[in-house]
Amino acid sequence: MTTQDAILLILFISILAGLTPVVGNYLFMVFTDGKHFMRPVLGWLESVTYKFAGINPKEETNWKTYTSNLLLFNLIGIVFLFVIQLTQAYLPLNPAHLGNTSWHLAFNTAVSFVTNTNWQSYAGETTQSYLVQMLGFTVQNFVSAATGMAVLLAVIRGISRKTTDKIGNFWTDLTRTTIYILLPASVVLAIVLAGQGVIQNFKTYETVQTVEGSLQILPMGPAASQIAIKLLGTNGGGFFNANSAHPFENPTPLSNFLQMLAIFIIPMGLTYTYGKMVGSLRHGRTIFLTMGILFLLGLGISLYSEYSSNPIFGNLPLMEGKETRFGITNSVLFSVVTTNASCGAVNAMHDSLSPISGMIALINMMLGEVIFGGVGAGLYGMIIFIILTVFIAGLMVGRTPEYLGKKIEAFEVKMAIVAVLAPSLVILLFSAWASVSPVGLAGLNNPGPHGLSEILYAYSSAAGNNGSAFAGLNANTIFYNLTTGIGMLIGRFGIIVPVLAIAGNMAQKRVTPLSSGTFRTDNWLFASLLTAVILIVGGLTFFPALSLGPVVEHLLMNSGLTF
Amino acid sequence: MSTKPEIKLFNKRLLRQAVQESFVKLNPVLLIKNPVIFIVAIGSVLTTLVVFMDIFNGSFSFFNFQIAVWLWFTVLFANFSEAVAEGRGKAQADNLRKNRTQTQARKMTGKHEVLVFATELRKGDIVLCKAGDIIPSDGEVIEGIASVDESAITGESAPVIRESGGDRSAVTGGTKVISDQIVIRITSDPGSTFIDRMIALVEGAKRQKTPNEIALSILLSGLSIIFLLAVTTLPAFFAYSLSASGLPGSQNLTLPVLFALLVCLIPTTIGGLLSAIGISGMDRLLQRNVIATSGRAIEAAGDVDVLLLDKTGTITLGNRMATDFIPAEGVTPAELADAAQLSSLSDETPEGRSIVILAKEKFNIRGREVHRLNASFIPFTAQSRMSGIDLRTEDGLHQIRKGSAEAIRSFILNNNGFFPQKIQDIVSELARMGATPLVVAKDNKVLGVINLKDIVKGGIKQRFAELRKMGIQTVMITGDNSLTAAAIAAEAGVDDFMAEAKPEDKLRRIREEQANGHLVGMIGDGTNDAPALAQADIGIAMNSGTQAAREAGNMIDLDSNPTKLIEVVEVGKQLLMTRGALTTFSIANDVAKYFAIIPAISASLYVGKSGTGILSALNIMQLGSPQSAILSAVIFNAIIIVLLIPLALRGVRYHPVSANTALTRNLIIFGIGGLIAPFFGIKLIDILINL
Repeated sequence: MTTQDAILLILFISILAGLTPVVGNYLFMVFTDGKHFMRPVLGWLESVTYKFAGINPKEETNWKTYTSNLLLFNLIGIVFLFVIQLTQAYLPLNPAHLGNTSWHLAFNTAVSFVTNTNWQSYAGETTQSYLVQMLGFTVQNFVSAATGMAVLLAVIRGISRKTTDKIGNFWTDLTRTTIYILLPASVVLAIVLAGQGVIQNFKTYETVQTVEGSLQILPMGPAASQIAIKLLGTNGGGFFNANSAHPFENPTPLSNFLQMLAIFIIPMGLTYTYGKMVGSLRHGRTIFLTMGILFLLGLGISLYSEYSSNPIFGNLPLMEGKETRFGITNSVLFSVVTTNASCGAVNAMHDSLSPISGMIALINMMLGEVIFGGVGAGLYGMIIFIILTVFIAGLMVGRTPEYLGKKIEAFEVKMAIVAVLAPSLVILLFSAWASVSPVGLAGLNNPGPHGLSEILYAYSSAAGNNGSAFAGLNANTIFYNLTTGIGMLIGRFGIIVPVLAIAGNMAQKRVTPLSSGTFRTDNWLFASLLTAVILIVGGLTFFPALSLGPVVEHLLMNSGLTF
Repeated sequence: MSTKPEIKLFNKRLLRQAVQESFVKLNPVLLIKNPVIFIVAIGSVLTTLVVFMDIFNGSFSFFNFQIAVWLWFTVLFANFSEAVAEGRGKAQADNLRKNRTQTQARKMTGKHEVLVFATELRKGDIVLCKAGDIIPSDGEVIEGIASVDESAITGESAPVIRESGGDRSAVTGGTKVISDQIVIRITSDPGSTFIDRMIALVEGAKRQKTPNEIALSILLSGLSIIFLLAVTTLPAFFAYSLSASGLPGSQNLTLPVLFALLVCLIPTTIGGLLSAIGISGMDRLLQRNVIATSGRAIEAAGDVDVLLLDKTGTITLGNRMATDFIPAEGVTPAELADAAQLSSLSDETPEGRSIVILAKEKFNIRGREVHRLNASFIPFTAQSRMSGIDLRTEDGLHQIRKGSAEAIRSFILNNNGFFPQKIQDIVSELARMGATPLVVAKDNKVLGVINLKDIVKGGIKQRFAELRKMGIQTVMITGDNSLTAAAIAAEAGVDDFMAEAKPEDKLRRIREEQANGHLVGMIGDGTNDAPALAQADIGIAMNSGTQAAREAGNMIDLDSNPTKLIEVVEVGKQLLMTRGALTTFSIANDVAKYFAIIPAISASLYVGKSGTGILSALNIMQLGSPQSAILSAVIFNAIIIVLLIPLALRGVRYHPVSANTALTRNLIIFGIGGLIAPFFGIKLIDILINL
């Protein structure tokens, strides 16, 4: 590591830490319908939307209605995406004359974009028309991110309100989040990125002569607009197959830096918003700290493993699969950020990371994408872990457990367990199936423990709604398209539904006032406790699988064997 | 505290019974109530089947046999912990049952007295109990007064007074009338009397899971499912790794090994001890002579954050005591003391007696006989509001009186004396400080003031400070005026007080606190306390109280000691802490078990030049062999249940400290301790196995 790398890391962390309260405060104003500077600019769009859709923004619903509205909206999204992919050949905006996709790819991709996963079993430039990319994917990039924030918003209301069954209006939450947060932010980011050289056009693919004299087809397209939201909405679905490693998607070190900031900024800001909305900024900060500890832990181990000597290649850090434009630190940082935040955009091939940094990326996803996590999704996932931590450790102060004054009882525990279980189920069952069935093994490019890591990575990415791929796996098969598709659905809605149920149940409870007998959730002790619970619960679930994958691989590499 | 025969934590007879019970509890119908242990039982059965099949195939594996044995032990140890806890309750129930002998009762039918068996009595029957009779069933005294020996239920040998009307009218079946006679209306049918319910409770026959216990069971089942998932998918990953290492699929993990891993991972420690913890909570209350009508009540006790405490008896000693003689101008203190003592010689109230004692202590004025003094005693009446004596001496009749300032003022004015302003000032000053001033007068002259003070119980201030640290607010309830109440509140260190409180004020206060999210605990005895006791989250009725109060509360204090409320809260907190501590310990333990078992089971995979599997690098405990590693983990897992039984029964050590301090303490002991201990435990067992 050079001084330059160190400066980069420090800059990255301090800019984010500095922006967190600023962004968090703006999100707070939007969420609570307060006065903010975007209201005069885009207020008309909000009211037009309500009028057009016939929504009464003031009308609030209970959790069941909220959930069914959300599920309905997402179902329509999946069906729409599914249909336009199967018919894109007959639809306009298809200059490259791409044919219709296969049904299983269409299913996988539809689910993938609606669930904010953006797992891509295909290469964008050779599979999807501009129409599908823009009307389908870009729209879902916005609304799937907004869905995540809406869920969080409902949970916050459930926790901070008392003795009511109303947790908000899904349509209002969706509209406000999209119009005031995601839309303006992506316009700004798209313009900046375009300034850095990210392409934005509707041209047909160009054929150019390379320096060596051969011909190369350069795919074109409206990339900047989709890339801005792919990062801000922690979607991760690239315009091009190589994602943020592609020079048209991520041309300069500055654009790379901005992209990483864009991934983290909303999830980070939300911790502040959360603290402010539940009436304890200190608690928000504690969550931020916990996520920060886990982030730095993963980053530290990853960097150490990438820079430490590889006995096979001498002391040279491995550059295979990484862009020389970015170098090791930027690639590792990007890999940790993108797997933490459930984004899935990549600027290096994770398949080529050292076994240990590959494992960190895996663990980040296996822990449930709660280290800052997807927009909204990361925090509500974290709230699940908070509930478990409060329940286990809260008893040790001699009171029945309570979180922010609300009692944690059988129902909350049951729902929290369901939410923890859902993604674990996907990862372990599907990976086990894939690792012994011929259809699963057929997709592997690499033998040995690395192949197992590839399988684990695919399902962790699906279950965590991350969307990044280990790249070694050929996933565009019926088997993988279906299993990862189902995995994404379970990983998304298997958490959203129980979380909303918790919100609905918590809203009805009364609030116990704070006293010195209350279990504190706003100090270092709680931050370390929460970290420990996340690591132990996550670790215990996946330790056997990980030890047979990346751990073995690492040990074998140290004894001179690679895959 | 009473001196109840203490049941030792482990005595031989109880242990023998518990061992028997552990086997009885293998009944699947009983086992399924505890999902974690049920999983272990399934593992034991299947592993045993494997052992038998091995024998059948002529390939007996001693290793599999050992695993089967230790899995069975795990189930038995969990059953044993529950049986021990129940056994202690049963022993206490037997003590109670001895007192419920087949007594005969004098049932009153009209004017006649009929002898019937106690079991034939129904609610509403009237019975007569004479000295020496055993009271046949629970009831309320409707006529008469008697002293009753309640040692059968309280262990307290000093008899207590039970009388009709008022707050001491309830009698309990099985207790014995010592003197006089009372007429009782029976208030419960056979089988549902106080002692019957008590027996059912301590035996755990009616034990239902408490809300927190249910939530915890769900968590434990959830964790078990997660580990079940991790273990059942392992053979697939293993098969993949076997083929990657070029080994045949037949070398995959065997059923006994998989169950060994599963049983080590699922939270068997807390799963096995959970019900023992709950039962022993009841038991610990009983040791303190408090009976909870449900386990839910004990849990709620831990959550209580507002305590309503009656001033008298809880915060102050029962009665006011004389502490000072403050003479009027021109009167010596000795003169005043002498008059005060004379006026109180026949005053049998505790206040009166305290004046006599003070006079003796301060001025060595001995007790005198009133009739020898040629004096007549003037008792306190509601009209005069004074008491004293009329003393006949050579120079005529002297009237000595003591009473409230107003009463004495009118007495003096009637005798053409005058009431000095200075005395009035002293009186106001004392009242302001929370004392009760009594003015003493002789004929038409004021002699001075006796300072009667409420004596705050020793150590109570510190107790309240501890409660405050634990986040519990104390509210003093008193009928005194607010001036007096404020002074005592300040002296005792309570957080708040309610002066001139009427029973309905209590009820209103409880509702207010609850509306603000607080959980309220209170202790009471009278009929007028019943609504408040019922409304409070924890209502402790004193056994000496009325039947109505006893029905309304969710706990009964057999000692009728108002300070008990605080102890009850502590027992509740201790119960919850024990549960949390053992859960944390159980989960933290898993880390070490992974490090024992994972390298052991994958010893054959990716074998390098050294001849050992590459994952043996994870064998940081340096365990002897793969088999001994697995066995050690399973044995540790089983034995730790037995080792923790005393802790489950006694509860974790309890200190009155803030939540944060308590958490830090318990985390260090049970969290970090739970992480480290099994590394040493497993290593030790491994060494022993490989000897």
